[in-house]
Amino acid sequence: MTEEQKTVLDARGSFCPGPLMELIRGIRQAKVGELIEVWSSDSGSRRDIPFWVQKAGHQMVGVYEEAGYARFLVKKVK
Amino acid sequence: MKKIVVLGGGVGGTIVANLLAKRLRKDEAEITLVDSSGKHVYQPGFIYVAFGRKDPKKLVRDERRLLRKRVRLVLDEAVRIDSQNHKVHLAKGPVLDYDRLVIALGARLVPEELPGYKEAAQHFYSIDGAQKLRKALERFQGGKIIVTVASVPYKCPPAPSEAACQLDYYFTKKGIRDKVEIHYLSPLSRVFPLEPVNPVVEKIFAMHNIKSTIFFNVESIDPAKRVVNSIEGETFSYDMLLMIPPHRGAKVVEDSGLGDRGGWLPTDKNTLRTKAHPDIFGIGDCTDIPVSKSGAAAHFEAKIVADSVAADVRGEQATERYDGKVTCYCDAGYHKGFSMTFDYEHPPVPPPLSLRGWIGKQLINLGYWMLVPQGRV
Repeated sequence: MTEEQKTVLDARGSFCPGPLMELIRGIRQAKVGELIEVWSSDSGSRRDIPFWVQKAGHQMVGVYEEAGYARFLVKKVK
Repeated sequence: MKKIVVLGGGVGGTIVANLLAKRLRKDEAEITLVDSSGKHVYQPGFIYVAFGRKDPKKLVRDERRLLRKRVRLVLDEAVRIDSQNHKVHLAKGPVLDYDRLVIALGARLVPEELPGYKEAAQHFYSIDGAQKLRKALERFQGGKIIVTVASVPYKCPPAPSEAACQLDYYFTKKGIRDKVEIHYLSPLSRVFPLEPVNPVVEKIFAMHNIKSTIFFNVESIDPAKRVVNSIEGETFSYDMLLMIPPHRGAKVVEDSGLGDRGGWLPTDKNTLRTKAHPDIFGIGDCTDIPVSKSGAAAHFEAKIVADSVAADVRGEQATERYDGKVTCYCDAGYHKGFSMTFDYEHPPVPPPLSLRGWIGKQLINLGYWMLVPQGRV
């Protein structure tokens, strides 16, 4: 899958349910091998998202810092 | 004369239709609301039905009586939206043309999507489900109750942790709390979705001996063995499984090719116009915007949509934007509760657990019918 085909979920400003739930939703909807990118302005995501991705057995492709938010790129691997 | 069609007679659709009927002259627009049941249901009351504290009849009213007279109510089901030709096809009646369409159809419960759910699980996300749970709770004499959610997203993110608190209160009053183990499995990194409020809820859980496990996203249920498994690799047994059912977006949205893979309507989180069709608006639970699927969010969104539709009809620039505002009331049991308000820019302030917070929730439940559907607040 190319970078252009990834699913982007803009969860900036989401306090409830929050960016992690958006990511879990995206992963559940995705097919194996697809990329999900979640945008989060919540500082807690820097801890929560990589931790959950590892625990759930998916791949953290990268975390990219932007002005006022971060992009978390995750690959569904199972 | 412009034609405005609103799909769904829940909180969002009803407010939009009423506000438009108030703002637009009769010669400016014809307003039609389509609802399959004609009944307006107050869903936050379901949890009280489950715990035997609310008569379900008090949660349902005729939609017609909540709508302003000039809103045409069509009792039918939208089965296809033709976004190219601006038409809504109904199950029984004639096709409706629209200049602006508002989709406010809510989320759909799809228990069949999780094998074993129907035979194993209880829930309070419908009147029927809440009544069955009430009977199951009356029969329950002791054992382990697992409280969790089948998948995300789901309506009212705090509801399962609130249910765990209500279970504690219910069995304490019944005098068998020492025979009941309550274990809450959260899909997220904490027990309560809102981080600033989480310590308050953790304290309540500790005070009332409610166990919790985080990062538990359900993969499967084994009804024969009475166990539930997570995609993170954990397994827990249960005697009673209280599990929020799987949700999807509205069927007509999916069937019309307007939804994402979960059936949620891709909607701009500020303008509330759907991303693919600016003449179609999305409100509330049926959309993919990153706020709580809750009546409160739909309530605040409805005002923005009404303003924007009215501006479109008059050929003016629509300038109102949804700021992500949500207000949430939680009942922690023992006549204690808390409330919080937040938006895209402002996180909630950790609330005190108080009698006042509990009374606030009860007043909202009572005042809803007089104030909210009409768009008075």
